[in-house]
Amino acid sequence: MNIVVAMKQIPDLHQIRMRDRQPVLDDVPLTLGNIDKNALEAAVHLRDTHGGKVIALSAGSEELEDTIKEALAAGADEAFMILDDSLDNADSSVIAAVLAATIRKINDVDIILFGEGSGDNYSGQVGSRVAGILGLPQVGYASSMEVQGNSAIVTRSLEDGEEILEVELPVVIAVMADINEPRIPSVSQILKAGRKPQEVLELDDLAIEILEEPVVTESNLAPETPRKQVVVKSVDELIAVLRTEGVIGR
Amino acid sequence: MAGILIYSDKENLALELLTAARIIGQELNLEVKAVTINNDALATALAGAGADVYGVNNDNVIPADVGAVASTLEQAAAKLDTKIVLLASDRRGKELAGRLAQNMGAGCLTDVTDIHINDDRIKCQRNALGGATVATQYITTDKQVIAVRPRTFAAAAGGEGKISLFNIEARPTKIKLLEVKTRSSEVVDIEETEVLVVVGQGLNSEGNLAEVEKLAKALGGEVACSKPVATDKKWLAEERIIGLSGKKCKPELAIILGISGQVQFTVGIRDAKVIVSVNTDENAPINRMADYILPADLHEVIEEMNKALG
Ligand SMILES: Cc1cc2nc3c(=O)[nH]c(=O)nc-3n(C[C@H](O)[C@H](O)[C@H](O)COP(=O)(O)OP(=O)(O)OC[C@H]3O[C@@H](n4cnc5c(N)ncnc54)[C@H](O)[C@@H]3O)c2cc1C
Repeated sequence: MNIVVAMKQIPDLHQIRMRDRQPVLDDVPLTLGNIDKNALEAAVHLRDTHGGKVIALSAGSEELEDTIKEALAAGADEAFMILDDSLDNADSSVIAAVLAATIRKINDVDIILFGEGSGDNYSGQVGSRVAGILGLPQVGYASSMEVQGNSAIVTRSLEDGEEILEVELPVVIAVMADINEPRIPSVSQILKAGRKPQEVLELDDLAIEILEEPVVTESNLAPETPRKQVVVKSVDELIAVLRTEGVIGR
Repeated sequence: MAGILIYSDKENLALELLTAARIIGQELNLEVKAVTINNDALATALAGAGADVYGVNNDNVIPADVGAVASTLEQAAAKLDTKIVLLASDRRGKELAGRLAQNMGAGCLTDVTDIHINDDRIKCQRNALGGATVATQYITTDKQVIAVRPRTFAAAAGGEGKISLFNIEARPTKIKLLEVKTRSSEVVDIEETEVLVVVGQGLNSEGNLAEVEKLAKALGGEVACSKPVATDKKWLAEERIIGLSGKKCKPELAIILGISGQVQFTVGIRDAKVIVSVNTDENAPINRMADYILPADLHEVIEEMNKALG
């Protein structure tokens, strides 16, 4: 069974600082999206149960060759990368076109896994778009999954309940963060990661049509939330200030 | 006349979209149309709010099959001449958005928290960088799919619309629905509550929740939590999560206990009027967005507050 896991290279969100409400992204290290790591863990688990291969797939800037090692260390057997500096901030439609075209080049793909949203934009479009391009059935917000014969049994978790679905392979599945706890690779796994097969493609290798800047970002600023930040010393003092504010004891 | 199409499988969200679509429609001179799928009650509700409803009845289209729903809406958008489609950004709507946009060749924005029209563009706000920033974005393509967060607009009410039946092509679904489990919802709505007592991983044990609930009650509020308290520890229901993947709340008062303040959390509470943070770590990031900071053990604070207020 071949499982492709689509992973996004993003800036480490914990290390982004704001200057004049603008995010400062220079020198922020790159990493893979958090929920993408859950998707990878789910793939590794399926492979360990059913055999086959886990292929990490990612489109991004040149630094990806380094970033992708996180996935190879955490259990992926090989990686496919599409490298182009324009891909780091590209629209979901562009990334979906690139990923779908690459998946078509990989033989016998049974399951294509995504995280429910990327760590940075959390827009959740790419998985659905890839399913649309490839004409495959999809299940999002998966909180558990298993494979039985030629089908996947997937639980989709919704706000008001769950639905358990049986879907014939191949299928696109987007997992939720709580589906599992991603492993932390050991030192020897990290050392071995660099020797695993890596296929690098460029945009020219893929015959794709893409929308011309379908979404324009006018501004992207930290919201202004001026807060008093008054330190109080006791519960009594706290209750007193909250009474003065008129938010308790009304 | 060209139009704008709305769709959600949930009545309250569909009515909110109706309000949004009317605002956009008025500015851009577009006729508002609504689609329902195998849901006569929803069609009636929308028509009762004045919508022009196109009801699809086709057993091949089930909500669980996102591809089939997307194809239905794609056909409807083409036949009804609606280049703009508004969806709800709940989980179903968000999953649908990307696929529908792909089918239509549309640009797409999801999780939209505000919309205004400017230079004939539909300017949308959404959180970016994990919630650290708010981006203003607009779609440049002719066709647009926009998924709007629940409660961004008030539900439309009153009016006299009409329902027409509408046919689409659909093949039998390949997705088999084995089982549906409804979550035993406690019917709590933390978005509607004026006071929230919000607990995080600083809480020692599930057993301490009783005291937290007591405090919330004494303040006339509800208990809410950070994500790990619900998803990892499973101490509280997921409907009480605040943040990027939970709810966005605007209470008068939020008392935040033992939460570090990662942006994915703070994005859900930053519109509160007064924020209190109780944290043993004086330098916890949450304190930077608090009005009142009490550097102390939350368990002791809860006990004392209950005594003082009880
Ligand atoms: C895509 C994505 C979406 C996410 N969505 C959400 C979301 O919607 N909501 C959400 O909450 N999180 C979300 N997260 C997770 C988020 O990044 C944080 O991991 C989470 O908010 C941390 O929860 P916490 O603050 O309760 O726990 P911690 O970060 O572990 O913080 C615990 C805090 O408690 C304090 N503390 C410990 N003991 C005591 C004590 N005795 N008394 C007082 N204080 C004490 C500590 O000093 C610390 O500050 C998301 C993450 C990702 C990647």
